[in-house]
Amino acid sequence: MATLNVLVLASLLYVVLLFAVAFAADRAALHGRGAWLRSPWIYTLSLSIYCTAWTFYGAVGFAARSGLEFLTIYLGPTLIMIGWWWTLRKLVRIGRSQRITSIADLISSRYGKSNLLAVLVTILAVIGTTPYIALQLQSVTLSFAAFAEADPNASLGDASSTALWVALGLTLFTILFGTRNLDANERHHGVVMAIALEAVVKLFALLAVGIFVVWGIAGGVSETFARIDASEIARWDVPGSRWVGLTLLSAAAFLCLPRMFQVMVVENEDEGHLRTASWAFPAYLMLMSLFVVPIAAIGLDIMPAGANPDLFVLTLPLQEGREGLAILSFLGGFSSATSMVIVAAIALSTMLSNHVVMPVWLRMTGGTGIVVSGDVRQVALLTRRLSIAGVVLLGYVYLRLSSGGAALAAIGLVSFAGVAQLLPAMLGGLFWRGATRIGALTGLLVGFAIWLYTLFLPSFGPSVILSQALLEAGPFGISWLRPRALFGVDGMDPLVHAVMWSMLLNTFSFIAVSILSFPKPLERLQGAQFVNVFQHSATTGTWSGGLAQSEDLLLMSQRILGAAEAQSLFSKAASRQGLSGYLPEPSPDFLQELERELSGSVGGATAHAMISQIVGGATVSVQDLMAVADETAQIMEYSSQLEAKSEELARTARQLRAANTKLTQISEQKDTFLSQISHELRTPMTSIRAFSEILRDGKGLSEADGEKYSTIIHDETVRLTRLLDDLLDLSVLENGQVVLNTQTGSLSDLLQRSVRAAQGEEGQLEIKYGQIDQNIVLTTDLDRLAQVFINLITNARKYCDAKEPVLTISTQRQNGQLIIDFVDNGSGIPADMHAVIFEKFSRISHARVGGAGLGLAICAEIMTRLGGSVGIVPAQGGSAFRVILPPATVSQATSPAA
Amino acid sequence: MTKRVLLIEDEPNIIEAVSFILSRDGYDVKTHSNGHDAIEAVLARAPDLIILDVMLPGRSGFDILRDIRANEQTADLPVLMLTARGQDTDRDMAERYGASQYMTKPFSNADVLATVRDLMTP
Repeated sequence: MATLNVLVLASLLYVVLLFAVAFAADRAALHGRGAWLRSPWIYTLSLSIYCTAWTFYGAVGFAARSGLEFLTIYLGPTLIMIGWWWTLRKLVRIGRSQRITSIADLISSRYGKSNLLAVLVTILAVIGTTPYIALQLQSVTLSFAAFAEADPNASLGDASSTALWVALGLTLFTILFGTRNLDANERHHGVVMAIALEAVVKLFALLAVGIFVVWGIAGGVSETFARIDASEIARWDVPGSRWVGLTLLSAAAFLCLPRMFQVMVVENEDEGHLRTASWAFPAYLMLMSLFVVPIAAIGLDIMPAGANPDLFVLTLPLQEGREGLAILSFLGGFSSATSMVIVAAIALSTMLSNHVVMPVWLRMTGGTGIVVSGDVRQVALLTRRLSIAGVVLLGYVYLRLSSGGAALAAIGLVSFAGVAQLLPAMLGGLFWRGATRIGALTGLLVGFAIWLYTLFLPSFGPSVILSQALLEAGPFGISWLRPRALFGVDGMDPLVHAVMWSMLLNTFSFIAVSILSFPKPLERLQGAQFVNVFQHSATTGTWSGGLAQSEDLLLMSQRILGAAEAQSLFSKAASRQGLSGYLPEPSPDFLQELERELSGSVGGATAHAMISQIVGGATVSVQDLMAVADETAQIMEYSSQLEAKSEELARTARQLRAANTKLTQISEQKDTFLSQISHELRTPMTSIRAFSEILRDGKGLSEADGEKYSTIIHDETVRLTRLLDDLLDLSVLENGQVVLNTQTGSLSDLLQRSVRAAQGEEGQLEIKYGQIDQNIVLTTDLDRLAQVFINLITNARKYCDAKEPVLTISTQRQNGQLIIDFVDNGSGIPADMHAVIFEKFSRISHARVGGAGLGLAICAEIMTRLGGSVGIVPAQGGSAFRVILPPATVSQATSPAA
Repeated sequence: MTKRVLLIEDEPNIIEAVSFILSRDGYDVKTHSNGHDAIEAVLARAPDLIILDVMLPGRSGFDILRDIRANEQTADLPVLMLTARGQDTDRDMAERYGASQYMTKPFSNADVLATVRDLMTP
């Protein structure tokens, strides 16, 4: 009796065998000994991951339930391989020339390298694949359960724990072989080899069971046919819509399934392999389906009613007591399930890490992490491993949620319909240059939403996610939105209904929006590259070095890297090749190394374009030129930023210079001022000191002299005091610390008071009054204004050089202002002095009459504070000073002042 | 023989004071109070020593000094410079242009007398 233990042991041994095969293949590939790895047969066998546990177990169940309908699942891929091989060839060619890593990469690449699109496809693929992975886990769990039932000694325990163990085992295997290395072109020799082996095992197992059933149970071919004719399967009651729909669906899925894309395009070693696969893979499918109907018919015949037809392949041998065959059959199913999960997890993890996690990580770290290239590798590897675990776990969760209720085939079809949504965007991208990113996005979103609503969410069964009421009456009671009767189309098969609406609206919106929108330049370019891939050069990957180009390369490299670095790079390469001097052979290795070096300086695209121009082996593609243009644009952008920066710098420098000039001026002014102050102070001090010493000595001093000198000392002291007062006054005025004492008073009073104060006792100056409006009343700081008047009158008294000095004071109104002129009859002030006369310590003549040279400076400051001004009016006969008061301070008294 | 001193200075009080102390000590003091024709005054008076102010109306004392030194007849005359500005640059200028001595106002009468006496001692 085959116990469960034997089964577990056999499974473990089988897994170890797979490990060994994968490991050996990886090693062989690493050491370049893997010519046999690149056989078209391996490629064809690897395609057989299309046949999952669903096909292995489910096809029989499918046949048992729906007759020949199961054939559609094989028909679709067969038609594609035979009739559409040119599409596949185009896909493979594009995949290789564009270094495509996944279906998400393909679609995003085609539509202008749109990451948004890549993320969308990735999410779609993950959601679409999840039920499929759940399906595989379920099949392995069910087959274990079938053995457990047949073995009275063993109890399997909870079925879900088995599924969990299977999920963990698959995760481990996938991580070990799917992420051992990060190959640029994402090829996994070990995994492909293991899958090829599994393909052989499952075919062999299914054929063995079939042969056993036909000859061992039924007793021969004719007996078998008799039984088939007798069974319900023979009845041809397949609805045409479902037949066509399913064939189409399986064909679409064959092209769009992430795992199929992985083995067909990404893992493809040679385009020529497709030629073999185009007939060999349909043949494989035919063999796989050969015994499905006999097994189903005989299973239905001899198995007890209620037995799960999905497990006939396993339960029939068990029923007949063929444990060996049953174990083989189990291994076949196990192979189907594991190979699917492994490849799907690898494909999805590549998408997740390349399009979702890495962009986010790079953005979060701000690209700072890329300094050490190893960092990125580590992060990428970790991301892939976690993604693999996540994807398998998601399948497990789906299994738990859907509680394994639906039949295998049903789950599989839900997945197919989901990934089929990628078809319009993919095929459109391959054959229609007008397809745009926005169109693809819209189509995908529309198709995906309808699929979710009409098929995926209802697939959990009523009341799991969508309520029973919603399924029957539609959301909010809107009947034409019922998930299974969209737009009122009722009575269709739910699957065909969902596929029809989702694909129809997907394709329609894709085409419509593409026509209405305009592609960006990169989209246009990529579109041309994809659609016309066969016109473009097939060799973009490696360089083929010509001769006598090394010198040109060195010349170019020196320009970019600098002479020393370029020469050292070249001479090292030369010595590695066993040559002396600076010129190595332009071998592909060297050229690639050089391209890397140059990329560091000028960007990848430029480096590629430069080398290809010199080596000439590969023509510069439009894409190269576009990339160069992009880089140039970036550089221009950068340099315009620099320009703006330097503009800013220049502006700052100008401002600094201006500030500095101003500071220098101020400093010079300060020095001049100090020197003047020093002079003004020292002169009276000198007199005081000299005369006080003379007085002290008393030698040869007459009384008259003594008196005279004492007077000088006194006068000089007074002068010093006045100077200090003026200085303080000026300082207060200049600092704006002065507090104005505003009063109201008559202008004529103020003038008379000023004249009295200025005249002193001497009274040599005659004052004449011209026109004076007696009614003018001033509201201002009258004391300060009087100070100005006194100063001006005093100046006239001191400096007027007329024999009979006369000062005429007159007033007038102009635009509300009050103008007061002080004009004397002297020789006036030279014109060149007008500009400086109000500055500190400037004097009209050097002759000293007792002023310190601060008077007019103070006057000017005072008038500024009062809101007016004081200035010189030229050509008035003598010195003419004009004081102007603002309108606000001037008013007219109602009655004439006394 | 009485030594002749020419005082070139524009400040009346200082002229008065310096004239007084030098006359008292037996010098023949002549004065001149502007810069315009100072060099002519020097040539006309042919003094034994010149006391020269820096800030003069018309012409700077330094310019006058340079002319004195440039003229053969007066090149060796002792010149005592007086300045009220008291800055190092003035002292440097005085030295550069060949002043025999340099004094800052205010000065002590005794110092002026001693300096004048020193400068005229062969």
